Amino acid sequence: MDLKGKKVTLHDMCLRDGMHAKQHKISLDEMVAVAKGLDDAGMPMIEVTHGDGLGGASVNYGFPAHSDEEYLKAVCGAVKNAKISALLLPGIGTVDHLKMAVDCGVTTIRVATHCTEADVSEQHIQMAAEMGLDTVGFLMMAHMIEPEEILEQAKLMESYGANCIYCTDSAGFMLPDDVASRISLLRKELKPETELGFHAHHNLSLGVWNSLVAVENGANRIDGSVAGLGAGAGNTPLEVFTAVADRMGVQHGIDLYKIMDVAEEIVTPIMDQPIRIDRDALVLGYAGVYSSFLLFAQRASKKYGVSSRDILVELGRRRTVGGQEDMIEDLALDMAKEQGKL
Amino acid sequence: MAEKIKAAIIGPGNIGTDLLIKALRSEYIEPVWMVGVVPDSPGLARAQELGLKTTADGVDGMLPTMKEDGVQICFDATSAYVHAENSRKVNELGAVMIDLTPAAIGPFCVPPVNLKAAVDAQAMNVNMVTCGGQATIPMVAAVSRVQKVTYGEIVATVSSKSAGPGTRKNIDEFTRTTANGIQTVGGADKGKAIIVINPAEPPLIMRDTIHCLTEDEPDQDAIRKSVDEMIVEVQKYVPGYKLKNGPVFDGKRVSIFMEVEGLGDFLPKYAGNLDIMTAAGLRTAEMYAQEIQAGRFEPKPVAA
Repeated sequence: MDLKGKKVTLHDMCLRDGMHAKQHKISLDEMVAVAKGLDDAGMPMIEVTHGDGLGGASVNYGFPAHSDEEYLKAVCGAVKNAKISALLLPGIGTVDHLKMAVDCGVTTIRVATHCTEADVSEQHIQMAAEMGLDTVGFLMMAHMIEPEEILEQAKLMESYGANCIYCTDSAGFMLPDDVASRISLLRKELKPETELGFHAHHNLSLGVWNSLVAVENGANRIDGSVAGLGAGAGNTPLEVFTAVADRMGVQHGIDLYKIMDVAEEIVTPIMDQPIRIDRDALVLGYAGVYSSFLLFAQRASKKYGVSSRDILVELGRRRTVGGQEDMIEDLALDMAKEQGKL
Repeated sequence: MAEKIKAAIIGPGNIGTDLLIKALRSEYIEPVWMVGVVPDSPGLARAQELGLKTTADGVDGMLPTMKEDGVQICFDATSAYVHAENSRKVNELGAVMIDLTPAAIGPFCVPPVNLKAAVDAQAMNVNMVTCGGQATIPMVAAVSRVQKVTYGEIVATVSSKSAGPGTRKNIDEFTRTTANGIQTVGGADKGKAIIVINPAEPPLIMRDTIHCLTEDEPDQDAIRKSVDEMIVEVQKYVPGYKLKNGPVFDGKRVSIFMEVEGLGDFLPKYAGNLDIMTAAGLRTAEMYAQEIQAGRFEPKPVAA
């Protein structure tokens, strides 16, 4: 694979996707420390939001230690060069949240929908584009549909005003060919000025490799998180990606040793559990399940005495999508009843 | 039996057509007009076949003869953006507006919770909140009538096929209006609404999860009883309204897992979200109709 001279913009997810792994309880001091470390290492973009995006604070997804507003203000005020982004899932957050985030200093809005439901993002993408923001359409669970179908949805988001489209492997299910076919088709058919991004989960240990494949096929933005802090087995570990990209001659703009230090000294110490491919995270990737379901399934398993693997496999079989966390307890109750445990 | 009260349906889409089929069975309501904006729309053609007067010129196409046709109740099944104009025009001619859009310019009505109060107030515009609101607010109210609910949150999961272009374009209005209804009708101090759209095939039946946080320890027996009673009330007009699991009690959290299957009149059974809207809208109109028949309420023109 020849990526020599290609330019990528890395986007760190520790303070958004990592919120899932921390049950949304990262402290303000921790956020600021991570953001400063990343900023100093040359990370161009950092996402800061509740794991489920703006307005995600809820019984269903978990209440965060602080509000989106408090987090965003703290981080935006602490960085010198990095641009701060916020995630917004229509159906959870609204344009009111979007405006709040912009008031806090956010310059990139990423509007995320399930890969078949792009048309719910029209209000939000239009407004973000009108406000002159870097506006990203973020198609989640992109493994669930064919490349041609993804393209159709991407074109909708592009038509609303998105200047960048993400193909998001929320379940960490995609194989390298799945990435290549999707990204290459988007690159061929979308406007040449529309940027392309790829967001991985490391559930099958393919985060780094799939991200390289995405770059090879025309993506120029790559999500990941330092030390992998993210849902499931985490996101593409960015210090690893940076080292590989460095050896392949990709232009990434990151200070490798500094980002290694952030991973080792700032991010790893705040983890509640090691971010690794444990049995349940592997099941996410194998069965194509939304990565943030991991801890919910483990908690339901403990509470109702049913196997977390069985819960996750069944959620995959039912083709659940991001946001359906409420199904997990409901399903665990059904399974416990069936097994005579309730 | 008193003469039925004549009604018009604005919006010949899925909701309007399902409402029409239900209204044709009503003992109190007689649908006489179907109003659309697209001349060759299948909904208008169907209404015409069923013997209704139709127009493709919007509400303006009906207004000139609305009074002589005896229309006293209108249903708006269009979108939040055009609702205010529609409502103003029919109110001016003395017809009550039942609003099935999330515009929410009139007071909310969730039949098993506040139908009587809403009708007694004799409002000329009454709003049906949202599909998610109709499916979940009765459960919030079932808990809040037992004890104080400081926070009510609902998650409505609907199939892609049942989420029409109106809902999709106005998804923020859905979350805002539903959250507002959780507070004002459901009785929670603070409300939050989440909607998830799932494209799985075959389409999933509408699912609703209701989470309440109570101020004090939940009175489990009283809440169970209240929830069961409320379900019976909703089942009077939506027989497929079912408790799947719960109430689950976890500290001060009370979680209720519901499934809503529709009647399958015009919309498929999985679209319980749409069915519960049309059924609630019709039930509200029937209550108004009974008040009109009994001479307790006379809709009067509202000056613009």
